[in-house]
Amino acid sequence: MSGHSTYVPKSALGRWFESRLPIMGLIHGSFVVYPVPRNLNYFWTFGGILSFMLICQIITGIVLAMHYTPHVDYAFASVEYIMRDVNWGWVIRYTHANGASMFFIAVYLHMLRGLYYGSYKAPREVLWILGVIIYLLMMATGFMGYVLPWGQMSFWGATVITNLFSAIPLVGDAITTWLWGGYSVDNPTLNRFFSLHYLLPFMIAAVVVLHVWALHVTGQNNPAGVEVKNVERDTLPFTPYATVKDGFALLCFLIFFSWFVFYAPNYLGHADNYVEANPLVTPAHIVPEWYYLPFYAILRAIPSKLGGVMAMFGAIVVLAFLPWLDTSRVKSAAYRPLYKFFFWLFVVSCLGLGFLGAKPPEGAYVIASRLLTLYYFGFFLIIMPLLGLFETPKPVPASIADAVLAKNSAHAQAHS
Amino acid sequence: MAAASTTEPTRRDMLFIANGAVAAVGVGALAWPLISQMNPDASTLALASTEVDISSIPEGGILTVKWRGKPVFVRHRTKKEIEEAANVKAADMPDPQADSARVKKPEWLVVVGVCTHLGCVPLGHSGDYDGWFCPCHGSVYDTSGRIRKGPAPRNLEVPAYAFLSDTKLQIG
Repeated sequence: MSGHSTYVPKSALGRWFESRLPIMGLIHGSFVVYPVPRNLNYFWTFGGILSFMLICQIITGIVLAMHYTPHVDYAFASVEYIMRDVNWGWVIRYTHANGASMFFIAVYLHMLRGLYYGSYKAPREVLWILGVIIYLLMMATGFMGYVLPWGQMSFWGATVITNLFSAIPLVGDAITTWLWGGYSVDNPTLNRFFSLHYLLPFMIAAVVVLHVWALHVTGQNNPAGVEVKNVERDTLPFTPYATVKDGFALLCFLIFFSWFVFYAPNYLGHADNYVEANPLVTPAHIVPEWYYLPFYAILRAIPSKLGGVMAMFGAIVVLAFLPWLDTSRVKSAAYRPLYKFFFWLFVVSCLGLGFLGAKPPEGAYVIASRLLTLYYFGFFLIIMPLLGLFETPKPVPASIADAVLAKNSAHAQAHS
Repeated sequence: MAAASTTEPTRRDMLFIANGAVAAVGVGALAWPLISQMNPDASTLALASTEVDISSIPEGGILTVKWRGKPVFVRHRTKKEIEEAANVKAADMPDPQADSARVKKPEWLVVVGVCTHLGCVPLGHSGDYDGWFCPCHGSVYDTSGRIRKGPAPRNLEVPAYAFLSDTKLQIG
C-alpha cells in the first residue's frame, strides 16, 4: 500500500531543497496523505503513544545521566542527590522511572492488540518480528536501568538475572564472569550497565524506524482483518484523521501517566530499592519490576535450573514464531469465536502469572504457576495450530468499507 | 568478456581472496580486545586471600566473611548438626557428596554463601534440614551445605581454604 505523495513544495526554496533531499516529501507521504484503514479503533493509537514514550525516556534519561554517578560508592547517593538537590530532579526521575512502566503498559496493549486482530499474519511477519526484537531490547534496557540506583532490589535483581546465563552448559560460568567483569555483581558490572543502558534506547529507535518502514510497506491491519481493496472507499488520509485520534489518545494516556508521577510515584516500585545494595544480605523476598513478573513466574515454575531458564526465554522467543503457529486464514478474532475465548483465557493466564511472580515460590503458588505456564505454551504451540484446522469462522466482510457500513446500519436500526 | 566465466583464476580473484583473508584477521584482532576488556581486570584478579579469626564463633554459630566480593559462610557445627550431615545416605541427593568430602575438620564447615541456582545469599539455620534456605526460589540446603530440595543444581561450593592454626583460617 503505497503512500507515494504527489508532494510539491510551495516555495522556491522548498523546491530547491526537495530536489536535493526529498525528506519533506517522505514525511508528507508517511504522515499526512498516508492512507489508513477507516475502521481503526483506539487500540491502534498505541504505536504513536509508544513512539512518544521512547522520546520521553531518552530525554529524561539524558538529563538524569548529567547528574548520576555510575560507581558502587556513589550511585545510590547520587540518585538521592537528584531527588533532593538537583533543580526539578525529583520530577525528572519520577517521570523516567514511571515512564518505564508506562512504556511497558503501552507495549503490552500494543502486543495484545496484534494478537487479537491477527496483525502478525502474512504479509506482516517481518513487521511483527521486528516488534519482538524491540520488546527484547526494551526488556534489556529496563533491566539495566533498574540496576543503576544500586538499591537492594537493583543488586539482587542483577545477580539473579545475570546468573540465568550460568545455566548454559560448559561455558555458562565463563559467560557470567564475563558479564560481571569479576566474580560477582560489582563496580565493573554497574559501570557497563550504565554504558549499555544509554546505548540500547538508540538501538530501539533504529529498530523502530525499520518497524515503521515495514508497516508502511504492508499498510496497517484493522479490526476487520481484511486488507485494503479500494483506497478511495476503505481508507482515510493519516492527517487529520489518525493524527487527531492519536493525539487525543496520547493526552488521555498522559493524564494516566501523570497521575502516577504526581500521586503514586513509588507505587510501581519496590520499597527495598530505597535500601542501598548490600552484597552480603539478600532481601527476604526478591521480585523484579512488575513487567517481568509473568516470565519470572515461568522461571520459578520449572523445578530445574536450565529448564526454568529455557522456559523463560522460550516464552518470549515463541512470539517470533506466531505467524507460522497460527494456521487460521482469518485474521481478526472478531470472526473467530473459539480463538476469541482462548485469547481471553490467555490474557487471564498472563495476569495470573504476573500475580504469582510476585508471590513466594511455595505450595499452591508453585502448582498454580505450573498450570498457567502449561496454558501459556499450550496456547501458542497446541491451540493456535489446531484452531486453524477445527474452528469454523464467522463470515468475514468483503471489504473494510462493508464492515463499516454493516456496523453503522446495525447502529441505525438499534436507534430507530 | 565471455571468457570471464572460465575457471582460470584471475589476478582479481587472487586479490579478492587475499583481501578477504587479511580483513578477517583484522576483524578478529579488533574484536578480541573489545570482547576481552569485559573480563575481570588485573585489580580484580589480584584479590588476595582472606584470613579469618574463628575463635569468636560459638558452637552453632555462622560467621559470614567477604571473599572475592562474595559471602563465605564459616559454620561452627554442633554435634547434632555433624551427625545429621554424616548419617544420611548421600546417594539419593541431587548432587551426591559425602559430608566427609566437604570438610577438613567436622566441626568447621566452610562454604561460599551463594546459592547455586541464581546467586542469592541463603539464610542460615533455616529450611527443613536446618542448614540454609534460599529465600529467592526456595532451595533448601542441609548442615553440610548440600542441596536437598528446590531448583538449585549443585551443593554450596567449598572454596580453597586452610587452617593456619586452631583459630586462624585462610580462605583462597
